[in-house]
Amino acid sequence: MRSFSYQKATDPGAALRALNAAATDSRPLTEAAAQPLAGGTTLLDLMKLDVMRPASIVNITPLARTWSAVDAGVDGLRLGALAKMSDVAAHPEVQRSYPVVADSLKLAASPQLRNMATLGGNVLQRTRCSYFRDVSYANCNKRNPGSGCAAMDGVNRMHAVLGTSNQCIATYPGDFAQALIALDAMVEITGASGTRSMPFAQLHKAPGNSPQIETSLQPGELISAFTVSGRWPRSLYLKVRDRQSYEFALSSAAVALDVQDGVISDARVALGGVATVPWRAREAEALLKGRRFDDGLAQRVAEAAFADATGRRHNGFKIALGRRVVARALQQAVTMEI
Amino acid sequence: MTTAAPEPKGNMGQPVPRYDAVAKVTGRATYASDTPLANPAYAFLVTSAIAKGRIDGFDLADARRVRGVIEIFTHENAPKLKESKLFSNGGYASTTIQPLKSADIAHDGQIIAVVVADSYEAAREAAYRVKVNYAAAMPAATFDSPGATAAAAKGQNGQFKEDPRVGDFARAFDEAEVKLTAAYETPTQHHNPMELFATSCAWTGDDLVIYEPSQYVHGLKNGVAGQLGIDADKVRVVNPYVGGAFGSKGSMTPRTAIIAGIARRLNRPVKLVPTRDQGFTIATYRAETRHEIQLGASRDGRLLALRHEGMEVSSRPDPYCVGGTKTTTRLYACANVDSLVSIVRADRNTPGFMRSPPEVPYLFALESAMDELAVKLAMDPIELRRINDTANEPIDGKPYTSRSLMACFDAGARAFGWSQRSPAPGSMSDGDWLVGYGCAATCYPTQMAPAAARVRLQRDGRTRVEIAGHEIGNGAYTVIAQAAAERLGVPLEKVTVHIGDSDLPPAPVAGGSNSTASTCSAVMMVCDKVRQRLFRALLPNEGLADRAKETVGIGQTPATQAARSGQPLDRDKAFEALGADVVEDYGEWKPDGAPLDSFHAMHQGQMRMVGGDKMKGAIAYAFGAEFVEVRVNRFTHEIRAPRLVGAFAAGRIMNPRTARSQLMGGLIWGMSSALLESTEIDARTARYVNDNFADYLVPVNADVTDVKVIMLPEQDHRINPAGVKGLGELANVGTNAAVCNALYHATGQRIRKLPARLENIEI
Ligand SMILES: Cc1cc2nc3c(=O)[nH]c(=O)nc-3n(C[C@H](O)[C@H](O)[C@H](O)COP(=O)(O)OP(=O)(O)OC[C@H]3O[C@@H](n4cnc5c(N)ncnc54)[C@H](O)[C@@H]3O)c2cc1C
Ligand code: SF4
Repeated sequence: MRSFSYQKATDPGAALRALNAAATDSRPLTEAAAQPLAGGTTLLDLMKLDVMRPASIVNITPLARTWSAVDAGVDGLRLGALAKMSDVAAHPEVQRSYPVVADSLKLAASPQLRNMATLGGNVLQRTRCSYFRDVSYANCNKRNPGSGCAAMDGVNRMHAVLGTSNQCIATYPGDFAQALIALDAMVEITGASGTRSMPFAQLHKAPGNSPQIETSLQPGELISAFTVSGRWPRSLYLKVRDRQSYEFALSSAAVALDVQDGVISDARVALGGVATVPWRAREAEALLKGRRFDDGLAQRVAEAAFADATGRRHNGFKIALGRRVVARALQQAVTMEI
Repeated sequence: MTTAAPEPKGNMGQPVPRYDAVAKVTGRATYASDTPLANPAYAFLVTSAIAKGRIDGFDLADARRVRGVIEIFTHENAPKLKESKLFSNGGYASTTIQPLKSADIAHDGQIIAVVVADSYEAAREAAYRVKVNYAAAMPAATFDSPGATAAAAKGQNGQFKEDPRVGDFARAFDEAEVKLTAAYETPTQHHNPMELFATSCAWTGDDLVIYEPSQYVHGLKNGVAGQLGIDADKVRVVNPYVGGAFGSKGSMTPRTAIIAGIARRLNRPVKLVPTRDQGFTIATYRAETRHEIQLGASRDGRLLALRHEGMEVSSRPDPYCVGGTKTTTRLYACANVDSLVSIVRADRNTPGFMRSPPEVPYLFALESAMDELAVKLAMDPIELRRINDTANEPIDGKPYTSRSLMACFDAGARAFGWSQRSPAPGSMSDGDWLVGYGCAATCYPTQMAPAAARVRLQRDGRTRVEIAGHEIGNGAYTVIAQAAAERLGVPLEKVTVHIGDSDLPPAPVAGGSNSTASTCSAVMMVCDKVRQRLFRALLPNEGLADRAKETVGIGQTPATQAARSGQPLDRDKAFEALGADVVEDYGEWKPDGAPLDSFHAMHQGQMRMVGGDKMKGAIAYAFGAEFVEVRVNRFTHEIRAPRLVGAFAAGRIMNPRTARSQLMGGLIWGMSSALLESTEIDARTARYVNDNFADYLVPVNADVTDVKVIMLPEQDHRINPAGVKGLGELANVGTNAAVCNALYHATGQRIRKLPARLENIEI
């Protein structure tokens, strides 16, 4: 960790002023001189590892006073960006009407981390690629654009099979984002010029030729909330990992269905642990809509979800695994008691 | 789960709570880096980013500019140190690769600079700003890497003298009715004890005090003195508590003398707390191994031929190996045995002891192969072991001092419900989960080494025991206190124990599971001396030794009851007769068969460990049987091991509570080793990749739902006065095979390479 200056922002205006004062050049967001600090469970780790080297830290946790509410009403859900993962996971109405959201949070990290971590910080957590997180490896296009990718032909069991580029194959590690993208959530962004809203699906950027640019957020902007319309009681999050708890997904699926008289009228499928960004399997969804569910359909859907997947030396298994996870998650969602 | 404080059975001490329990749970136990120093400087290591090559130069300008930096030491200006020989070749060191000596780099993460500053933060920041120019060469990472070289272990490792063999393996295998040939692999593993590899060094004049978690304070003291070129009497190592070690803190690593030298140069105490990932390369690890097992048997299951070939990775300069064939060639009756151990040299840091070093990889291979053979024979795997159980080991024909292997299998099978197992693979399930039951034998050699102790008994019963043993979580304080209380017939709460300080009488390394046997034997012997002095005063004309034995033999009821009642013998009268209020004695104990130079060596921090297969006229091992239930999700292939049962017999159990904790921890670690643990190596760069606690997986609570530990009563008078076999390394041996055998039962698929992960399951 390198020395940095620290300030605590007591309200959104002060936070934005502090961040904007430092946002002078055109570096990507993650390299910006000033970084907001929420729970710190991603940011401080990466600073200790010397991966992130902000000159200044703006503590935005006091914004929780205005930005941490959970509103679950008839027509939708609104989650303040500074709400804690644990609070949202335990919220009865979220559990009832948006189980995929509650599960994705409950199955993430550990109780201690969930008590610290915020929703805004969660969606912005950065990849767990071991080469990215160890600065003694020079070759990492995300950390050091143009330097190559050590993972491509290195140890890549945890890496992505979807959304990869020849620059970067790092997995987006989070769980909650899969629930948001599945439910067509909107993200509310507050900046110096006010508040805007955009589809959550547009927040993250696939690596392409510039893996260092991870989101469409600009320096000086803050996530203030997430919103979801409608209710999704028939939804769940299935997470497969090496151990029973406290571990990132090898493969996961966020599934939400609307079933009317045995026919699937709406279907959402998002994939975690296998893609470079929160991943919506729209081709798979298309196969489900208007159909009656059976195991054969589950298989076809699973195939479709991974039709474009490519594995490397150690992560090829994720393609077969991912298909099984999708099929199983759909089976469970169809038979869910709601 | 079994209860934390099991009722003692025959030949077991009381399950008294840990001596240090309250200090530990209230945070009052002082670990090395907790020890306050006067005006310390803080060191932070810079380690190499290449595994082989040279340092062309440093750019330190940016680092030096960080406020608070005192000095940056590299090979160009570091204190000069003398060399030390490898621990397993008669020296003290974990490696002969001495960092900061030249520009050469021999492995990934080698220490190449030490930044010292007024604060930890400044040292760390400056370390991050050190720029290094390397001239990198192509390293060999592991087996099969270009440039890796293999040669037989015999002749290069001082502790591996012979490849055990007997009879005519080739012919017997050829003629056997049932044959099995199978290859197995185990991965690199790191100990990752909770407490990091910290070191603080403080000089007062010519005297050095080292605060460092060590499993061998006398070894470290002598080793560091040698490297610094000073008299060993000038060095003191202090560590009343060690936050886990598992072998990683058994031998001297290069960091200690470096920090001591820097502290002397700066004339200021220096404190180092390396990071978790640095711990992967500045200390030791369990190297990856490969095995080929050949078994030949008759149709009725008798082993006729057994061959075990093992290959192990070590560093370029050091011939470290664990050579577990000494155990696997002797475990079962078999007239024709052959074996070979080889060492493959690669550009790696030198591996070292890790909990049950030889037995973990080698028994994984043998006990998996036994299960495979049982399948070929269509025989229950326990019956196969019973048919080949033996009272004498087959290589030299020596008798086991005691061997309760089959009693353990039977007790374990009952507790586990083995009879509920339907033998066909894939035949048991529960909802989404395929269920498999597996078992394996476990064993560990009984070892002892010379030890000294000082005991001081006061008229009011207060007793002070001094011995430079080590509390590494093993319960050393507790069992030493129990041994003294029983022997002297004083209440346990009157005993204070002083360990973890090289100013105390020397004890051996807390390794090889010898600690309880050695320290308790020494303490008991000195307690006897104290008692004899009292007896002599009281009954000047009696046959003293006999009388002392009669009243206070270890484990005999009179002494134990006396201790409990708080009214042992007539202590008052004896002190009266002695005309003093205090008796103090010192003594040195050595096990049968220890060489003549044992005591001399002991004071040099060198152990003369005896036991196991190296006893004269006998062989001593502790045994156990382990049972695992695995579950494999038929959809996702997730593997879980919800139920572990182990039954063990290890001679006298000093304290069933601390013993259970060791055995339970061993079972859990064994499961972890089978399913999760593996240090990944980047084959191109010979560098560790998952060198942190997020990526190097160990089980969490949710993975460990039911562990049952059964301790069988066993008496063994031959091994040592304490009758203790040692069990710290007994339980994590068989689990690897038991888990994989259970996986076979669940799925019909044989996993021969650890760890078993969901991608290895094809169903
Ligand atoms: C050991 C471990 C295991 C974990 N396991 C899992 C897991 O299984 N599943 C999972 O999903 N996650 C897991 N995580 C990640 C964890 O969930 C995230 O670290 C956490 O959610 C981040 O939230 P935070 O509030 O602590 O973010 P911070 O660390 O404070 O912030 C993260 C980033 O977002 C920025 N930021 C924070 N808030 C805002 C905002 N409102 N607007 C704009 N920028 C913002 C910060 O500047 C920083 O760059 C794990 C983490 C650890 C350390
Ligand atoms: S996968 Fe991406 S993050 Fe990982 S090393 Fe390659 S470029 Fe860097």
